[in-house]
Amino acid sequence: MSKQPLIAVAMSGGVDSSVVAGLLKREGANIVGMTMQLWNQRRLAELAPETATGRCCSIDDVYDARYVAQLVGIPYYVVNFEDAFEKNVVKPFVDDYLHGRTPIPCTLCNNFIKFDTFIEMAEGVGADKIATGHYARITQNSESGRWELRRALDDTKDQTYFLFGLTQTQLARTLFPLGGMVKTEVRELAKTLALPIADKGDSQEICFVPNGDYKSFIEAYCREQNISLGDMSGDIITRDGQVLGEHSGYHSYTVGQRRGLKIAAGEPLYVIATEPESKRVIVGRDEELLTQAFTARDVNWISIPPIQAPRRSQVRIRNRHVPSDATLVPAGDDTRVQVRFDSPQRAVTPGQGAVFYDGDLVLGGGWID
Amino acid sequence: MERYYFDHNATTPIAPAVIDAMLPVLRDGFGNASSIHQPGQHAKQVLERARRQVANFLGCSPKEIVFTSGGTEADNLAILSVGGHIVTSNIEHPAILSACARAESFTLVEADANGLVHPSAIQDAIRPDTALVSIMHVNNELGAVQPIEEIARIAHDAGALFHSDGVQAAGRVPVNLKNIDFYSISGHKLNAPKGIGALFVRRGVDCLPRQFGGRQEQGRRAGTENVPACAAFGAACELARPDLTALRDRLEQGILAQVPQAVVNGANAPRVANTTNIRFAGIEGEAMVIALDLRGFAVSSGAACSSGAVEPSHVLTAIGLTREQAKSSIRFSLGLGNTVEQVDALIGAVVASVAHLRRLSPVYV
Repeated sequence: MSKQPLIAVAMSGGVDSSVVAGLLKREGANIVGMTMQLWNQRRLAELAPETATGRCCSIDDVYDARYVAQLVGIPYYVVNFEDAFEKNVVKPFVDDYLHGRTPIPCTLCNNFIKFDTFIEMAEGVGADKIATGHYARITQNSESGRWELRRALDDTKDQTYFLFGLTQTQLARTLFPLGGMVKTEVRELAKTLALPIADKGDSQEICFVPNGDYKSFIEAYCREQNISLGDMSGDIITRDGQVLGEHSGYHSYTVGQRRGLKIAAGEPLYVIATEPESKRVIVGRDEELLTQAFTARDVNWISIPPIQAPRRSQVRIRNRHVPSDATLVPAGDDTRVQVRFDSPQRAVTPGQGAVFYDGDLVLGGGWID
Repeated sequence: MERYYFDHNATTPIAPAVIDAMLPVLRDGFGNASSIHQPGQHAKQVLERARRQVANFLGCSPKEIVFTSGGTEADNLAILSVGGHIVTSNIEHPAILSACARAESFTLVEADANGLVHPSAIQDAIRPDTALVSIMHVNNELGAVQPIEEIARIAHDAGALFHSDGVQAAGRVPVNLKNIDFYSISGHKLNAPKGIGALFVRRGVDCLPRQFGGRQEQGRRAGTENVPACAAFGAACELARPDLTALRDRLEQGILAQVPQAVVNGANAPRVANTTNIRFAGIEGEAMVIALDLRGFAVSSGAACSSGAVEPSHVLTAIGLTREQAKSSIRFSLGLGNTVEQVDALIGAVVASVAHLRRLSPVYV
């Protein structure tokens, strides 16, 4: 056995992770490729006819990953994380919707699967580090020794919003070889490395939900699990109690949503909250969506230790949201922070993440309460 | 890297003598065994010689051997050639279980905690319309040797036929076909190549074809015979097979002596000499298989699904193991070529790997 560290590359069969494998191999690293089998596509088959997009863990993807591993010339394995994925990602995803929250399964998957179960598997087989195709950068503070997470060089591809749960131990074991590259460079590299997936499309937002139809997914999953949804229909109502119409299930509404309300009103109306207890969907005018401050719970501090005093930051409350100036105020303990925006932000949504930045540095993040 | 192979229940390497028997047929025996001319007659001679070798090996008449593409086809042929109700067990190979799902009706008898199917349970499951009882001779995961003579008698007393999947048994335990109507064997578990197997069909027992075409194999299996593979299969049936008991026991005892909280699954059943299935509390079997593979040792854990990921073995859950216990189990299966040195190296690698995995395990304390 060589003394060279072994790196386990998480290979999805897509362009990014394939380039990671090719790059590391070209650099002479000792690597092993692994594809995580997360969700059994034979389940809830009624949702995913053969033509559906956004299917994760399909046989096609495994085929591609295996082929890339063969071309790159590395050992390759498919590892079965279906049990852990269902417990830590799918169930909480469904549960969040049923409780009127809008979840981000990608963050849960990063926290519990890709940077937990996968790291554990990688260490188990004797790997020292893992590498993934995420667009983010990891640096180490030369004075404190603390691992820091930074936004990707390619801001359009930056994935740090989904990585706010990473701990120091996880960062110490992780490589993001694409963090300093732009997507066009990565596609060029795929061609240079003669990887056959150079023109493959980017992956979908929620990999296990076919066609992005999360309402049908939740209903089918609950049917399969014998979870009684009961009657989820109810009133569409304004803040001041005016009933404007009815809806067929509160779980199909998300804060900020305008389309699909099917109500006639003099001005555009938006969902501002869903209330599972009363099964009501609250709607209001655009300005009613504006929020000046909120509390983040279960905050994970990444690049800095927990703050003890107010600190300036730019806070992102959705993946596509432009980080906005705010003050972070400690709220009780190290895991609760009050975020006070300089100017009110639209559609602060319970269940989504709030990520705190200082320029390209990710200070930490938590869940919008 | 030296590679040591301990997964002979999945498949076996082709023995040099088998390759020697096959190569001349690949080169010069290309004829169609159904042709009238000399090349055809030569192929036919090679084919029938192979059939005699297989028949000698099983102790039956050559006329009772139907060559198939392998164990799965042999199992399918037996199950689907009999109409009516079928009695089988919950530890059978998918080739049996999936075929039964397409039969008229079937009853699954449950094996006990040691992986044994009780004749009394078969007796209880037999109905007036039961046409076939199918119980494997040796279980692939545990190595448990089933009491098939007794089960065959019960089947016959009830007027039913008896089939046994002997894929893991042939060449490893004595086979006596006296009271058996159908018996499946597979070439690649016997150091022959993939793509060849056979079904023994007792003389006088009907065997309806499942694929249709020419009149090959006495009208029981249409399709031009794979003569080179048949020749290889025949040669494999004549290989000398050393008793692997001492080697397996050395492996099993070596591991149990050095690894705490390791348990042999199905230890109290009569077992085939080449197999041991060991459960290591607190480890992920999948990680162990990969870790050992990266060090050159091939072992197995569970069943591969279509993507290549590992699913817990249905046999282990059928004998009452939890999903977690099934996932922490590793099957070691020995065969031709394994040596004492290889076994000792494997013991060392297993001990190190279990210790490493347990250090990382959140559940093992």
